[in-house]
Amino acid sequence: MKALCWQGKHDVRYETVPDPRIEAPRDAIIKVSSCAICGSDLHLFDGFMPGMEKGDVLGHEFMGEVVEVGPGNNKLRVGDRVVVPFTICCGECEQCRRGNFSVCERSNRNKDIADKAFGHTTAGLFGYTHLTGGYAGGQAEYVRVPYADVTPVKVPSTLSDEQVLFLGDVFPTGWQAAVQCDIQRTDTVAIWGAGPVGQFAARSALLLGARQVAVIDRLPDRLSMAKACGALTINFDRESVVERLNELTGGKGPEKCIDAVGMESHVGSTLDTFYDRAKQALMAESDRPHVLREMIYVCRPAGVLSIPGVYGGLVDKIPFGMLMNKGLTVRTGQTHVNRWTDDLLRRIEAGQIDPSFVVTHTEPLANGPQMYKTFRDKQAGCIKVVLKP
Amino acid sequence: MSNPELIGQPSSLDPKARTLARAATPASAQRKSASTNLARGLGWFSICLGVMELLAARALARRVGLQGRERLVRACGVREIVSGVGILVSREPAPRSGWVWSRVVGDTLDLSTLRVAAATPAPRRSHPAVAMAAVAGLTALDVVCARSLQREADAARQTTDYSGRSGIGGSPEQMRGAALGTFVQPPDMRASPTLNTGALH
Repeated sequence: MKALCWQGKHDVRYETVPDPRIEAPRDAIIKVSSCAICGSDLHLFDGFMPGMEKGDVLGHEFMGEVVEVGPGNNKLRVGDRVVVPFTICCGECEQCRRGNFSVCERSNRNKDIADKAFGHTTAGLFGYTHLTGGYAGGQAEYVRVPYADVTPVKVPSTLSDEQVLFLGDVFPTGWQAAVQCDIQRTDTVAIWGAGPVGQFAARSALLLGARQVAVIDRLPDRLSMAKACGALTINFDRESVVERLNELTGGKGPEKCIDAVGMESHVGSTLDTFYDRAKQALMAESDRPHVLREMIYVCRPAGVLSIPGVYGGLVDKIPFGMLMNKGLTVRTGQTHVNRWTDDLLRRIEAGQIDPSFVVTHTEPLANGPQMYKTFRDKQAGCIKVVLKP
Repeated sequence: MSNPELIGQPSSLDPKARTLARAATPASAQRKSASTNLARGLGWFSICLGVMELLAARALARRVGLQGRERLVRACGVREIVSGVGILVSREPAPRSGWVWSRVVGDTLDLSTLRVAAATPAPRRSHPAVAMAAVAGLTALDVVCARSLQREADAARQTTDYSGRSGIGGSPEQMRGAALGTFVQPPDMRASPTLNTGALH
């Protein structure tokens, strides 16, 4: 079959790889109908995530049709249409039973490595480094899905691929980012990053009743999409984020802050971003935490910082004293996708939200390598790429 | 089901998207970005260094192991001044980036020259290696600055308007809090109780 394979930093290729096969009784094989490039795929593309090996099949946002089912799988049937969450979960361990699916204790088949890297293992992820299991991803014609009697979500044929595809990652990620804030009707929610997760976080915050939502970015096309759902927008190339957020909140700062940027914050807005880039080049720091610093500084005391943005390793110059003295609550983690999918699917069916709004480019899978570059460089108004195998 | 009021149907590039010129904002009203500030700093540094190379070519040449090549040092001084002035008079990121790249080219030439100087026996108080380290650091700063300005220029060149893509089933005011009727905040994700009193700003 054909798939997009990681061959090194800035090197993704459309290649022929062996077809997947059933390896465990609970497995299923999915024929992919649509997949997407996620912002966190760019961390792999840019070489910031450790644990990748040449030839790894990328992709963790995908959906399709079940074409083969293992003998121990009683949930799926051949022909079922499913979206596959990016976090693989067993459904039986202590964390899964608590709903903490992204830290499933059993699905990471490289648990020993993860235990050493993270202290304790997290869940297995599709197409996302050998630290999280080294599972082949979904930017391919076919995918093997482990624990397929728990992880996949059946979706009705009345909805298009583009309406349900993002149930596998960016929609629940934006939703969980907002839920983690415990939004009140009096709250101002500030969201850094107007990429797909930031867009879904803004809409989720609105649906959850935020008084005002402010989205911070520098790209006019992304800000225009944020504005479309009623968010206030702040272009950090043109105005001070701190001053504007204080203006919007009577000088008190937003109660809730969401980091939808992560480890590759833009270099050029403030001097600390140059410092981070220089340290990163010298391999003295792996991540660029400008957004974390700004959130800690501007957030209202006793507020909440919600961090869906992906961080990979070490950050420097985090004002932890400020964080402690302001009594801020920090919530973060990979998304517990299966915790939200049923509810969000109902909201799509009810017409509260149509996730297809975020799709800006649809291309054949073979064009994937070029689309990685287009997405990374934010060219041609690119916000979300859907690929068709 | 698909809501006809929703927009954002996928396509290779949304047909509804309109390419618009960047909103015209007076330059004076725009906050200068850090990369612009850094470029201006590099511009002034370039001019100061160029003047020094012109006025104190002999002393400088001796310090960096280029004694006898004062004319080369003065030529570098002229180059530095031209680059510095170019950076300072450029109003847009694209040409400013070009001038900073010209500094990178100059840095590379300087490093090559200093490498030759470092390979020859150095007289007392001559430190070509120190000069090379300083130029290497400046080169890194120049590259970061030039690339950052280039990205600014790329972003400013054109933009696509997605202001019709709300993705929600009504106006923002209609949809504000629409999920609350069927949503229960998970206990493990509740915020500090002091924030839940409903206190207004």
